[in-house]
Amino acid sequence: MIKHIKLKKGLDLRLQGEAPQRIKEALSPTGIFSVMPADFYGFKPKPVVKPGDHVLVGSPLLINKEVPSLQVTSPVSGTVSAVVRGERRKLLSVDIEADGHQQCKAFDIPSAPNAMTSDAVKSLLLESGLFAFMRQRPYDIVANPNDTPKGIFISLFSKMPLAQDFAFTLKGEERNLQAGIAALSKIATVTIGVSPEQEDCIAALLPNANIYVFSGPNPAGNVGVHINHIAPVNKGEVVWTMGAEEVLFVGRLLTDGKVDMTRTIAIAGAEVKEPTYQKTVIGAPLAALLEGNLQRTEHIRIINGNPLVGTRTDINGHLSARATEVTVIPEGDDKNEVLGWMMPRFKDFSTSRSYFSWLQGKRRQYNLDARIKGGERHIIMSGEYDRYLPMDIYGGYLIKAILAGDLDRMEALGIYEVAPEDFAVAEFADSSKLELQRIVREGLDLLRKEE
Amino acid sequence: MNFIKKFFDKTRPAFSEGGKLHALRSVYEGFESFLLVPNTTSKSGVSIHDAIDSKRIMSIVVIALMPAMLFGMYNIGYQHYTAAGLEGSLMEMFAYGLLALLPKIVVSYAVGLGIEFVVAQYKHEEIQEGYLVTGLIVPLILPINCPLWMMALAIAFAVIFAKEIFGGTGMNIFNVALVARAFLFFSYSGKMTGDEVWVANESILGLGKDLPDTFTCATPLAEVGSGQMSASLNDMVVGLIPGSVGETSVIAIALGAVLLLWTGIASWKTMVSVSVGGGLTAALFRATGSTPIEWYEHLALGGFCFGAVFMATDPVTSARTEGGKYIYGFLIGVIAVLVRVFNPGYPEGMMLAILFMNLFAPLIDYCFVQRNINRRLKRVQR
Repeated sequence: MIKHIKLKKGLDLRLQGEAPQRIKEALSPTGIFSVMPADFYGFKPKPVVKPGDHVLVGSPLLINKEVPSLQVTSPVSGTVSAVVRGERRKLLSVDIEADGHQQCKAFDIPSAPNAMTSDAVKSLLLESGLFAFMRQRPYDIVANPNDTPKGIFISLFSKMPLAQDFAFTLKGEERNLQAGIAALSKIATVTIGVSPEQEDCIAALLPNANIYVFSGPNPAGNVGVHINHIAPVNKGEVVWTMGAEEVLFVGRLLTDGKVDMTRTIAIAGAEVKEPTYQKTVIGAPLAALLEGNLQRTEHIRIINGNPLVGTRTDINGHLSARATEVTVIPEGDDKNEVLGWMMPRFKDFSTSRSYFSWLQGKRRQYNLDARIKGGERHIIMSGEYDRYLPMDIYGGYLIKAILAGDLDRMEALGIYEVAPEDFAVAEFADSSKLELQRIVREGLDLLRKEE
Repeated sequence: MNFIKKFFDKTRPAFSEGGKLHALRSVYEGFESFLLVPNTTSKSGVSIHDAIDSKRIMSIVVIALMPAMLFGMYNIGYQHYTAAGLEGSLMEMFAYGLLALLPKIVVSYAVGLGIEFVVAQYKHEEIQEGYLVTGLIVPLILPINCPLWMMALAIAFAVIFAKEIFGGTGMNIFNVALVARAFLFFSYSGKMTGDEVWVANESILGLGKDLPDTFTCATPLAEVGSGQMSASLNDMVVGLIPGSVGETSVIAIALGAVLLLWTGIASWKTMVSVSVGGGLTAALFRATGSTPIEWYEHLALGGFCFGAVFMATDPVTSARTEGGKYIYGFLIGVIAVLVRVFNPGYPEGMMLAILFMNLFAPLIDYCFVQRNINRRLKRVQR
């Protein structure tokens, strides 16, 4: 069953340094790999390993204090080198010195995975640690396995600037996608969102799936947008979502009986010498991924993910568990632009026609740095957020309700349907320079606390 | 351009906490961010930002006001020279108008920005740019003979009581410039309406000549009220008629409107619906014989165009929902003409119409937002 949904609101923005479709030689997993609980938002981590312990791929590293069956497992085999804690003993990461052999913990896979029950799939995912990649709306946190979701939503594309192209990543892994979707379908109805370009390929691979084709500008690839159009989340309901590549993890587990958290990430951005795709395992040291491939080492920003929703890190950081790309853009802190707000700024991008980027065509690639280019103000312009939020939600009013801490109004205005990432494009275009994603996250946290 | 950076780096310690000039921190920061784009980079959320900011938006509006301001200057001179029976070249008339208007603009910015600086210093915030627009609009919507001290008083009142106590630019309910005008209108109506205020009556630096105290000249709208109007449609569109400084020329205002609509800074929905509302109402009254002039003359006269282009579209005080903008604008047009036609005391109704609708804009938005909320509630019940 294929349905088409056309979106109008949003913004496609192209940045310099898009990765061409070729894969660089994979690196053997050596060095320190790092698993960071922050990547599993909403997961209350308790480490179950200590430095010196030997772990296999798929051995548990962290368990959730609230739901102990929920665990995060190791992406590599090797020796735990450190359990890093920060202020107030907050767990920052579990570091593992990889041995390079990728010895895997064995999982019991029935010979006919299609005959598995919902509970069998759930417990297999929990045991392997792959369930930690399942997220839920509302709140955009790691899903609770004890909930009954009204559906599982998977988006197979992203329109974010510099984002990984899943159609390319998928090549050679079609069977894993089929196996992954089949397994998830045991838990709940799976709905898949694809771009118009993917329609034929995915429809051929998954003839029986619920497929929705979303055309339109960024954030058309956001799973939150898909849910809003297909089955909006009401109070008391839960839907689950999973990243496209993470479905491949599930598929690999079912076909090979092994946990394999290998991603094909895009390494992209204006400060990358040769943008490329690279196969690597989550938690990999960025220094190794980017070695010799950076234009310069100072005044750059390395981002785990794309420049709109990714998190800032540095060369000593590690590949975030959910990042499908690593991007490097200029930081811009060395730039001193005189009277910039008055200048024509031909090289800069703006959604406003008071600059000239609207004359330069949609194909042009921009080199944008990380400067905010303006001071934070109250919301002055009206409807700015709604233009980039293709949902039936008044974005500006929701943001104001969150800022006011008004729980009832947040609920009424549809906060259950959104995740911070849905506001990323609006945050980019916002002339008042408010940190919308942070605000939405705080609103969701506040609501969750009151639950 | 490095010297600017060096200058600010060198002087920064004096203005920071504990420095000698700390009391002027907001002024210092205001000028620094004015001259140099701050190179602070994002800490959370998106790593890249659009080049647009409120400085850019406000300066586009100021640029859009330029044609109306320049024409206003010329018209001040033209009206004075005509009234005095003098022959003057275009340059002389413009120079006269420039000299008459410039002190107003300077005082307007000095008073308004002064208050902004003090508030920013007190609240430890950055200076907000909203006053850049307000500060230019106020002299343009007053009669040229309004005394400086009155204007200064009105601006201080409006900036403090209509804006800052609500939380600054973006939080105000009423259009600040119109509050200043309304303050003058009700406190010093002798200097705001009537037949003596529309033509500059003194010679300035040898230009023009003093007019007799008994000189009077009514605006076309006031003439409409008393039954006969002398201005031709041509005069109204070009703008060589007596009136508030910036409001007379439809052409000059249209140039500003084009820029605002082109850049998308003002909402076309509001602008169009104000005109539609005003036009329809005027046509209706014309048909019933309540008003002696045609609907298009209603649109061309008085502050209708200026209000529709520069003040009804103020994003902060207008309706914020897209559907709401149609209703908000339409009712402004309706009320403005209603006041003109049925209130003999007020020849012009634009100011009151916009202020009145500022008050009701949140109500209009409420209905639209509530519809969205109800849709969501219904979904749960199903």
